[in-house]
Amino acid sequence: MSATRQFSPVAKLEQKTVVDLIQKGKRLDERGALDYRPLTIMLGTVEKANGSAYVYLGKTKVLVGIKVETGTPFPDTPDEGILTVNAEFVPMASPTFEAGPPDENSIELARVVDRGIRESKAIDLKKLCIDPGKKVFMVFVDVYVLDHDGNLIDAAAMAALGALVDAKMREFEVKNGELKYKDKMVPLPLLNHPVSITSSKIDGTIVIDPCLEEEQVMSCRLTVTTDKNDMVCAMQKGGLGVFTPDEIKQTVSISIGKARELREKILSKVN
Amino acid sequence: MRNDPSVQLIDNKGLRVDGRRLDELRPIKLEVGVLDKADGSAYIEHGKNKILAAVYGPREAHPKHIALADRAVIRCRYHMASFSVEERKSPAPSRRELELSKVIREALEPAIMSEYFPRATIDIFIEVLQADAGTRCAGITAASLALADAGIPMRELVAACAAGKIEGKVVLDLSDIEDKKGEADLPIALMPKTNAIGLIQMDGSLSEDEFKQALDLGTDACRKIYEMQREALKLKYHVAKEEIEEEVAEVKA
Repeated sequence: MSATRQFSPVAKLEQKTVVDLIQKGKRLDERGALDYRPLTIMLGTVEKANGSAYVYLGKTKVLVGIKVETGTPFPDTPDEGILTVNAEFVPMASPTFEAGPPDENSIELARVVDRGIRESKAIDLKKLCIDPGKKVFMVFVDVYVLDHDGNLIDAAAMAALGALVDAKMREFEVKNGELKYKDKMVPLPLLNHPVSITSSKIDGTIVIDPCLEEEQVMSCRLTVTTDKNDMVCAMQKGGLGVFTPDEIKQTVSISIGKARELREKILSKVN
Repeated sequence: MRNDPSVQLIDNKGLRVDGRRLDELRPIKLEVGVLDKADGSAYIEHGKNKILAAVYGPREAHPKHIALADRAVIRCRYHMASFSVEERKSPAPSRRELELSKVIREALEPAIMSEYFPRATIDIFIEVLQADAGTRCAGITAASLALADAGIPMRELVAACAAGKIEGKVVLDLSDIEDKKGEADLPIALMPKTNAIGLIQMDGSLSEDEFKQALDLGTDACRKIYEMQREALKLKYHVAKEEIEEEVAEVKA
């Protein structure tokens, strides 16, 4: 069952500082309302994974590893490979994280990242079919949150995109339903590059890329994922507050522009 | 998302598979106070969706450590019956149900004056008996009525409805086949008087203009559903009043 979360008492003390700053058009780390934190992406940091990306978003650190294996397709999509996104909030990342089965927050994060990849058709799943109805490739995207300083969704989605771009699999051919691997490594069949931008509403003001202190006082957040053609492919609102329709329209506009900038930055890492 | 050219979702008269216009809601039936033991309850039929919502509370928080000092803990469970969909669904909560329980709670919680009940819990249960696309929205519409039926102080009722896109056109309230074969789904929950959106999600593919159009269509529909909710609530009390008057008349006679 989903239950109202307990807020740490520190957050209440910090609330005033954060809100006072935002009322003056400032933020804790001296950013503007629509500035993203410094972003660093390192691709291929885990050699044993098919693809990996380590993202630093301010002090938030997220590692995504991709493994490609074979398995049975779903009955409703017999000729398509399978995409699975999972998120681990490892206990070292935050004093509030505990070991154990995934809670609703990590499930939500994994599902929002999944939706971005799936709905933008980032992976050409038809090209991952080996024997229709019997055998397909399964792409496991595993998100590891290593240090939680806010905006985990964007960091995870960017690391997932980085890892997808980085991922290589054995070249293969199918003869009479038999899978034959070749020596060459080829990239995953990608068609699109989704990027998520999360904004939060604090004291009636929209700021993008909230840090942890801002997340603790925000009334709500909105994540907008757009693809390489500026189409919106996934959205998710979170938190106990509310948005007006105009605030949402405004946030979508901002997110489309911001995603364009970040996409370029991520893709520039590949070459 | 899907976009399957083999199925025609809009005919040459501009009507949809079930004969609706592009901006038309499915038929909605609402009933308040349908369960005996729950403090509040409601039943909704929205198209072929059949959903029960029940509310218990405010009641003592259990286990005690979950209690909050400044307000009630709101708990929400969205669950689908194993027989509610084509292929039997395992009754164990899926990742989808866990996510929906969270977003539904976050849509209803802004409407509840939970600060009146510190250290208590208010539990919201949504059981999808039959699913036909748009269950989270129909669930919210019903749960909001169940909360009102339980007498829990609320800022406003919450009404919910999805907009979407099929065959390149923005449409209202997707049915099951439209959700599966269409191009986008945009569920929205709105508190109409304050124009406040407590739930918005999207999957598929919409341009910025299409998104704005779909958002307007969805919020307008929420306002219509809100009027139906008010009528359903009034009807319950109208019926109750008549029953009491009859009893009084019997006693006098």
